[in-house]
Amino acid sequence: MKGALLVTALMPFLLTGPAWAQGSGTQYVAADAPSATPVAYLGDMPPVMDHERYFHGILDQFEGRYAAGGSAFRWDGEAWYGTDYNRIWLKSEGTVQNGKLGDGDHEILYSRAISTYFNLQGGVRADLDDGPTRTWGAFGIQGLALYQFEVQATAYVSDRGRFASRVEGSYDFLLTNRLILQPQAEFNLYTKADAARQVGAGLSDVDAGLRLRYEIWRKFAPYVAVTYAGHLTQGRRIVRDQGGETGALRFTFGIRSWF
Amino acid sequence: MSIPSRMAGGLTRRRFVARVGAGGLLAALPRPSQAQATPPGVPPAAASATWNLNVGRAHIEIDRKSLNAPCIGGSVPGPILRWRQGDIVTINVTNGLENADTSIHWHGIRLPAAMDGVPGLSFAGIRPGETFTYRFRVHQSGTYWYHSHSGMQEVQGLYGAVVIDPREPDPEPCDRDYVILLSEWTDVAPSDIVRNLKMQDDYYTFRQRTAASFPADARRAGGAIAALKDRLAWSRMRMAATDISDVSGIIYTYLLNGHAPDMNWNGLFRPGERIRLRFINAASMTFFDIRIPGLEMLVVQADGNDVDPVPVDEFRIGVAETYDVIVRPTEDRAYTIFAQSEDRTGFARGTLAPRVGMAGVIPPMDPRPVRTMIDMGMGNMGMGDMKPGESMKDMDMSGMAGSGGMSDMGSMGGMDMAHGAMPGMGDMPMAKPAMEVDDPGPPPLNVENQNVAMMPVDRLGSPGDGLEENGRRVLTYKQLRATRPGADPRPPTREIILHLTGNMERYIWGFNGRKFSESGPIRLKLGERVRFTLINDTMMEHPIHLHGLWSELENGQGDYRPYKHTIISQPGSRLSYLVTADVPGMWAYHCHLIYHMDLGMFRTVIVA
Repeated sequence: MKGALLVTALMPFLLTGPAWAQGSGTQYVAADAPSATPVAYLGDMPPVMDHERYFHGILDQFEGRYAAGGSAFRWDGEAWYGTDYNRIWLKSEGTVQNGKLGDGDHEILYSRAISTYFNLQGGVRADLDDGPTRTWGAFGIQGLALYQFEVQATAYVSDRGRFASRVEGSYDFLLTNRLILQPQAEFNLYTKADAARQVGAGLSDVDAGLRLRYEIWRKFAPYVAVTYAGHLTQGRRIVRDQGGETGALRFTFGIRSWF
Repeated sequence: MSIPSRMAGGLTRRRFVARVGAGGLLAALPRPSQAQATPPGVPPAAASATWNLNVGRAHIEIDRKSLNAPCIGGSVPGPILRWRQGDIVTINVTNGLENADTSIHWHGIRLPAAMDGVPGLSFAGIRPGETFTYRFRVHQSGTYWYHSHSGMQEVQGLYGAVVIDPREPDPEPCDRDYVILLSEWTDVAPSDIVRNLKMQDDYYTFRQRTAASFPADARRAGGAIAALKDRLAWSRMRMAATDISDVSGIIYTYLLNGHAPDMNWNGLFRPGERIRLRFINAASMTFFDIRIPGLEMLVVQADGNDVDPVPVDEFRIGVAETYDVIVRPTEDRAYTIFAQSEDRTGFARGTLAPRVGMAGVIPPMDPRPVRTMIDMGMGNMGMGDMKPGESMKDMDMSGMAGSGGMSDMGSMGGMDMAHGAMPGMGDMPMAKPAMEVDDPGPPPLNVENQNVAMMPVDRLGSPGDGLEENGRRVLTYKQLRATRPGADPRPPTREIILHLTGNMERYIWGFNGRKFSESGPIRLKLGERVRFTLINDTMMEHPIHLHGLWSELENGQGDYRPYKHTIISQPGSRLSYLVTADVPGMWAYHCHLIYHMDLGMFRTVIVA
């Protein structure tokens, strides 16, 4: 919200640009600069409604993962509602393995567009699954990086004063206009170990996939993939000591869909 | 030209009629006498000054896409209205829609602001069951069109042609006269199209560069490395060189006089006859490239105004533009009117035939255009197809306009001050430049703007992306020369520079890096002579339409500037046109690609 206030305060400056061009001494004047006296439209009808709210949701991953050692089901999706600038985001992901829900991560964020391709996001994350519950404050950026990489980077601080961060990225490589190969990876980092949640200090775990989807329709694309979910460094030792699976490569198929 | 600023109260009358159920019933009602049973594309036999138009919904299926379309008299397109220059026309428009307001805007017609038909600016719209009477004197002649300006009715079928007979004898008399109205047809709701574009800007584009298309790209680029470099450059900018049309033939069926290509609209002729074809682009998002293989087309009119005839093989028509061409088929055979969409995802087609039911050969579509660095506003970068004289003009920085304006001072003595609309003119200190320049400076790169054209060039001599050097004679804006000198010889006293901006990724459009809701109106003094300069920072064409006032394109034809109502601004280009603000009121000013307009590329122009 602070960002919004700041932007509002800066609005007159942002909208009209600097008063003087550097060097040339030309005064910049926009003929369509925002005016203090709004136009009185007949019937109180502005001729164009460019300030609508939109609602979209996408399930990037909705997939069964198969391997000799044990199969899993995973979802990862997000939904947002709002205008071009201000949106509410919901994110959710989780993995069901051996009848237990793990890696359950759910976030509700306020998202503010701050540049051509990036949004600033802040809110709350709850780790809700069959393990102990943790809650975090979340703050991060989301957007489209150079060369059209989709990225999300979020920092978290927990109610117990711990810090964590998550970095996600993906890239769409078009084999044809409908057959799309997408490498994707998500890394989690923590400042302190949390054995009850199979989390280690440092780079704790990774979930990555190479998905080949076919967009039958834009909004509905079945895919086949190879996915890897595993624990790293200290997290790997924690999981090994608990007798858990430290990492597995699985053959995967699923459906990507959105509305 | 004098137009009363407001109609006398008695002239505008509203009456209430019984609400007619939406759907087929309305189509079954007797049509207005003027709109009866002429085949599509054939103007009524005679002009009429009174018209009754009923807006309703009709269930129409074309190309297996069915739609309960808002339209006039149950047909898409609506009836051709034939008026006579000098007449006062009266058009009673009755809204038979169930629960939506409607309106009709007379595109390109000079009239009092209250008659312009834009809800919010001209009037409050026509509520269901009501009749609104438009009444105005027709000052001009030529080919125009009308469409709804309410909601998205224009997208779905509420449009039609206007043909105005000149008072003077036609300088180009013809044996036959056909309207060729091009449009799109889809059963996808406009609101869904907007939602989809907001989520994924290339939702309707299935002509991207892919791994599969790489070998062909490499061959064209002269090597795999060059092709890869080009792809990386576009990828780095987070844009697509294949971004031609936002909405494509994936969902659109392109119509010619309401006929899908396989319905083959027929226009009859006898060999040797001169035929006037009045092309109107009533599409909402599609530019068409038009040719009639085997026939030379003589372009005689642009946007309703006569131009010196230009013989061409092909021309591009932007959304909302009109062109009249004359053809003279001498052989006893069928000729195909071929209008391919700019992105080559489909075409509209009809046939000029000596006998009913004939079909000409349909040519293959051309390769789709690919955007280049010129479209990105990076100038010609040694591409070498620009004449030196042009590039000088390209470099014309707005800051220089002030000194250029000084030389205009000499001609001010002869300026027509009769308008009395320039109070304070005499008080103006002579030290100030005569030309006031509203230069917004380069637009910011922000949430709403993706690109700044570093070196916008003059592209009036280019027929447009995908048409350059295709071996045919293709019309360019530079070739348009009015048949008579402009009505207002005064030089402009003010220049308004506007950048066309947008963010394809977020699907936001606007001017100067702002959408409509964040901007103020553009205020013009009544009688003021203004130069509008458009710099297109986006990589797409935008057909910019100013309601109510003529846009006189400065295309190097001196006093014989073509008068237009809609001007294509090519990507990465800079152009200018002159406007005389001679009719007071609130006017719409916007890109005529409807989803660009609806998402912010719109301004209110207030003349007072």
